[in-house]
Amino acid sequence: MTLPSSSMVVQLNNVSKRYGRRWALVQLTFAIPEKSSVLLTGGNGAGKTTLLRMLATSLKSTRGEVRIFDKLSGVDNDLIRPRLALVTHDSHLYDDLSAEENLSLVGHFLPWVDMRRMGDILERVGLAPRRASAVRGFSAGMRRRLCMGRMLLVEPELVLLDEPFGQLDPPGVALVEEIIREVQQKQVTLVMSTHDVERGEALCDHHLHLKSGRVLRAVEPLGEPGEATRIAQELEARGGWH
Amino acid sequence: MTSSFAERRPASLVAGVRAVINKDLLLEWRSRARVNATIFFAFLTLLLFLFAVGPDTHIMAQSAAGYLWLAVLLSSVLSLGESFRMEAENAALEGLRLLPVDPKAMFLGKAIANTLFLFLLAVILVPVTVAMCGVEVQGSLMHGVAILFLGAAAISAPGTLYAAIASQVRARDVLLPLLLFPVLIPAIIGAVKATKLLFAGDPMGDLGRWTALLIFFNATYWLLCLLLFGRVVEE
Repeated sequence: MTLPSSSMVVQLNNVSKRYGRRWALVQLTFAIPEKSSVLLTGGNGAGKTTLLRMLATSLKSTRGEVRIFDKLSGVDNDLIRPRLALVTHDSHLYDDLSAEENLSLVGHFLPWVDMRRMGDILERVGLAPRRASAVRGFSAGMRRRLCMGRMLLVEPELVLLDEPFGQLDPPGVALVEEIIREVQQKQVTLVMSTHDVERGEALCDHHLHLKSGRVLRAVEPLGEPGEATRIAQELEARGGWH
Repeated sequence: MTSSFAERRPASLVAGVRAVINKDLLLEWRSRARVNATIFFAFLTLLLFLFAVGPDTHIMAQSAAGYLWLAVLLSSVLSLGESFRMEAENAALEGLRLLPVDPKAMFLGKAIANTLFLFLLAVILVPVTVAMCGVEVQGSLMHGVAILFLGAAAISAPGTLYAAIASQVRARDVLLPLLLFPVLIPAIIGAVKATKLLFAGDPMGDLGRWTALLIFFNATYWLLCLLLFGRVVEE
């Protein structure tokens, strides 16, 4: 079934990305329907992070066209960026500022954000007791919690999560799962890359698999439980694209 | 959702600039050890110039303005590099871009914060230079403040742009002075000549011309760097 372009939050048309001489992404063409949750899988170096950063308009494509909310990435970035949030390996936090000050920065730059929610959000992500502590003393898991808190504060329409369960302890993993479910209830479109395919599959309704920068499974609806895990394993085991 | 997406407009340029200045000054305050190290480096540079010249008070007084601005210039490499090291850590600059923060607000905020720091450094160094070189200051305080501010601003505008460029490469510590120093030659000549006239007196009325050079340099580079900064911080 082909959906009309207006119901597609993300549309990639023949998109490639090159770093120096190496092609990180090769001729990607797919679309992501709005309000869907896409599980992005692939081995190390498959291009997952590059793709997510491209969807966040942080990277420009070398070739092809990226459209987010039907706006052209690289041209209409000012219209796209207020509507999305990227949570990635880089925390985008200032180490010398406290958790509270890092979140307050968002309010200074984005006047529409309701900063009265900041206390509740810090409570929600379990950082209220450390709200005044400098981020420099935070563990990787605590930083990840703060990034999720910042995402909740911004209330985006498109959420891009790069390995959201990485570096988290079991309570942290449970918290992130809970936040993802909460975000999904708000009809937000989600794209999430993870190596924990089983956990990701339980949270997502579509699957996209990359290998060596190429799409091996375009955004397709997930069926029975375990399907994404099985297909990802099969696609990785298959030869080619090395 | 608390606001419709049509209502989602980033902060105004003025509010954005103010937020960047506040953030940068707060970060400078939090990293006081680095700020103190930069000020100490400036003192040390000044002392080394004086030791190199020897105990000839006439030469020291003649060259005092040059020593002052060279100490500010060499220290500026540390402070400008540091202002973007904080942004490179955890890819905080990418975070600002994606919020999104207007690159013009980013440039103006960072360049103004850098100007304030370099101005403060120059203000601290002037009495030390005057005392150590045996200078009898002839010019007015108001002129002195204006020249120090114009000189600091002249270093900051291209300095902020080049520090942003240098922060994206591995050899950032080497690249920044290589890019910055040649561009700053007219500004440093103007600042040194104007300061020299303030120190030794201005019987020929040349101060206005050197001040005009500094104003022209500032106007050109602040505008040029403001226009180019967006291209530098975007990929």
